[in-house]
Amino acid sequence: MNLLIFTPVLPEIAITIASMFLLIIGVFKKNEKTYTTISNLAIFSLLAVLFLIFSGSVPKGISFGGSLITDSFSLYLKTLILISSIIILVVSNIYLRNINLLKFEYIILILLSVVGMMIMVSSNDLISLYLSIELQSLPLYVLASIRNKSSKSTESGLKYFVLGALSSCILLYGLSLIYGYTGSIYYNEIASNLSEYDVGILIGVAFTLAGFAFKISAVPFHMWTPDVYEGSPTTVTAFFAVAPKIAALGLIVRILITAMPTLIEDWQSILILLSIFSMLLGAFSAIGQRNLKRLLAYSSISHMGFALMGVINGSFDGVRSLSLYMLIYLVMSLALFISIIALKNNDEHIENIEDISGLAKINPVMALIISILLFSLAGIPPLAGFFAKFYVLYAAIDAKLYYLAIFGVLSSVISAFYYLRIIKVMYFEESANSFDPISKRLKTIIYLLTAITLLFFLRPSIFINFAGTASASLFI
Amino acid sequence: MDWPILSTIILIPLLGSLTILLINSEDEIGRRNIKIVALYTCIVNFLASIFLWVNFDKLTSEFQFIERYAWLAENITYHVGIDGISLFLIILTTFLMPFCILASWSSISNKIKDYMVAFLILESLMIGVFCALDLVVFYLFFEACLIPMFLIIGVWGGARRVYATFKFFLYTLSGSVLMLIAIIYIYIVTGTTDVTILSGYDFNYSIQNWLWLAFFISFAVKMPMFPVHTWLPDAHVEAPTAGSVILAGVLLKMGGYGILRFSIPLFPIGSFVFTDLVFVLSVIAIIYTSFIAIAQEDIKKLIAYSSVAHMGFVTMGIFTFTDQGIQGGVFQMISHGLISSALFLSVGVIYDRLHTREIEVYGGVVKKMPIYAAFFLVFTMANIGLPGTSGFVGEFLTLLGAFKVNLYVAFFATTGVILSAAYALWLYKRVIFGVITNDEVEKLLDLNLREYIILLPFVLLIILFGVYPNMVIDLTAASTTNLIDNYNYAIEQYQSHLVSVNLEIGT
Repeated sequence: MNLLIFTPVLPEIAITIASMFLLIIGVFKKNEKTYTTISNLAIFSLLAVLFLIFSGSVPKGISFGGSLITDSFSLYLKTLILISSIIILVVSNIYLRNINLLKFEYIILILLSVVGMMIMVSSNDLISLYLSIELQSLPLYVLASIRNKSSKSTESGLKYFVLGALSSCILLYGLSLIYGYTGSIYYNEIASNLSEYDVGILIGVAFTLAGFAFKISAVPFHMWTPDVYEGSPTTVTAFFAVAPKIAALGLIVRILITAMPTLIEDWQSILILLSIFSMLLGAFSAIGQRNLKRLLAYSSISHMGFALMGVINGSFDGVRSLSLYMLIYLVMSLALFISIIALKNNDEHIENIEDISGLAKINPVMALIISILLFSLAGIPPLAGFFAKFYVLYAAIDAKLYYLAIFGVLSSVISAFYYLRIIKVMYFEESANSFDPISKRLKTIIYLLTAITLLFFLRPSIFINFAGTASASLFI
Repeated sequence: MDWPILSTIILIPLLGSLTILLINSEDEIGRRNIKIVALYTCIVNFLASIFLWVNFDKLTSEFQFIERYAWLAENITYHVGIDGISLFLIILTTFLMPFCILASWSSISNKIKDYMVAFLILESLMIGVFCALDLVVFYLFFEACLIPMFLIIGVWGGARRVYATFKFFLYTLSGSVLMLIAIIYIYIVTGTTDVTILSGYDFNYSIQNWLWLAFFISFAVKMPMFPVHTWLPDAHVEAPTAGSVILAGVLLKMGGYGILRFSIPLFPIGSFVFTDLVFVLSVIAIIYTSFIAIAQEDIKKLIAYSSVAHMGFVTMGIFTFTDQGIQGGVFQMISHGLISSALFLSVGVIYDRLHTREIEVYGGVVKKMPIYAAFFLVFTMANIGLPGTSGFVGEFLTLLGAFKVNLYVAFFATTGVILSAAYALWLYKRVIFGVITNDEVEKLLDLNLREYIILLPFVLLIILFGVYPNMVIDLTAASTTNLIDNYNYAIEQYQSHLVSVNLEIGT
């Protein structure tokens, strides 16, 4: 048998082997240093895979009889997923030590979930789609409740699991309908068999999209998000906010564009509703939040609604805007989450908005960085968040969906209000809070990500071309 | 000329702010150095902008000092250049900045480093707004101004600063997001956002109205026009003195500038169709806010409402589409930039002494501060529009333009002149004259050297521009004439189109 046929899925195979290997080390070698060793090895293997992708040694093509496809688009998303998980692992090393939660299983679970996500963005048929979603979700359920002595963490894990299982059922039902009406699980065959119009297939598409909407926490399938974000350890929250969303959006784009291009009018109307409701609900609900993580949960709902605008058109411009949006969203929200992780009042990690009051006086640099990130999330130029929104709006207006674009900008005005509220607390309020110094490693990551956000406007074309090449591979 | 002078002027304040970031602000010497660096940066930038004036070719209506670099996409480039209209707004900006720094010299003690950095960044962005010849670049600068201004009002403002700064930010943002949609639409339809290319483009007539409205809402909020002016009094009252100066002197001019640079050249038909709307809103602004100004108890609020009224003259003048009207509008913007800044600086002088802006606390100030009273008198008279001051020229020209076009508009706007005399003179009487009732006023000291240096140039310029307005008008003439010619050409086309449509309906 020719082993070369597995080379397109080399990254996934490598990470799977690494996670199994690290699991064995963890089980047999239980002492103080185990966590650090495993964490370093995991970061190393992820970096190696990232290098593999960057160096172009992963060939493009299909594998496992067409179940998985490796193209520029999937490689681009895999890069984003890998970068975010590497950053999360580095930060977790510091954070988990602080909260006394050095469990090596944490790393293994993240690795397994990363494998799931990487297969998600590569999946090219319904079976690999469903299996990869499950592979991605199961470790996440456990991660949400990994702080098993805290009732909030347990609650969030349970809630996530129950609702996640429900959404999987809905998704599976939808997929089986699609299979039933088209007679195939492969995207390209589905696309060619879809020509006959049938109500059954529409129900299938609607159910499938409902399942996906749960994964990207789009309204009305968003209920789990605030609780899970609040209850999970902050590093896990940061991971939830970025990596699974990127993977799920990539998967949605691929299945809609390659398997159901002829049904565009039908899924378009569903997505428009999801997008508008997510943007508005995310914006309005965040106003009343006091807990920072809950606030960011609603903010991420709103951002997902915005990003969905890019899918709606089903065009190259739309996918490119979405790819760019995910990249910028990754940078901004990771930087913000890490800043929250980095700030501590007397060894207590901050939880609520009031906890950062007066930050501008004690640590002006961090206050400035958080403000830059928040202004960027609000989409104020010249920060990176503006360009993300600019291209998505471009796609929406290009599709003549003017009202959608207007909803989008209005929701970003509403969102600006609660982002400003955090800035207000940091700058305009005096308080007796004191903040502990921040570790060098966290500082470096935060500075780097903020620099990208701040200086994006100098050479925007680098990232835009990057996203453009990736998206082009879907439209060959 | 090869040297990229406009980018230099945009970048100098930014470099200054980076330098300030490196200075240690822990001790007194460091704080002093910060102020000195900020002041010198602003002065150097002012001199650089004078260089623009000297080298400016007043005979052509083409854009000058053009720079163009590849940026976001093939037809979204970093494209900057100026004409007669933007030249004076840039000079106004760089002229006001050193005074802002001086005015904050001793009144701001808290976080002086951040304050100066915010001001210098704001200067870069404001100059960028007046240079940009690409819609996306313009939008970038236009919106980015919100960030430093939000912080300036919010951190260094008065008691209700949070409310005021949120109102300022959200009003302006909600106004301008629609402009963003319009800009993207323009890009999709025409494939470019370059103003120089777009000004020759014929947008579909019905679409033009929508685009015009989207741009207008944004500019109207910034101007501000009735009925979206309510953020301005709050922002002015709460902002520190220098913040008010910049707000009244420069930020408000962005609205009028945007209309001249984008709304009229790009959407002449839209401008034509909505002329009456603008007239009505302008006249309401002039009369209504003047009445409100009379009733104010707070000096800054009174000046803020008078700003709204004066900006009403600007919009009215611009939309007459006559030589006098548009030149008067441009002149009025510059003159109001000087006068309102001077008034806010004067208020700052007594505010620094008594820490209140309530009119009734004062009274009899002339007995203790005679020189101050004289300065304040000049500014008050200029605000009323007394002949010999720059305020007269702007109001007169815009009214002349209005008389040519619409008698009713001119009639009602002229009552605004009388009303402005009412509120300004009454303010002067209550603050400066009368008997001293407050013991604090008894202890007032007259202007010190720094304040003297701040106020004197304003007096000179206001009188100079009032006596010899051609200094400005000569340089703006070519650009305004070109603007009106293009507008008239587009309207002729439109009317012949309407005639042909009517003929078709007739047959």
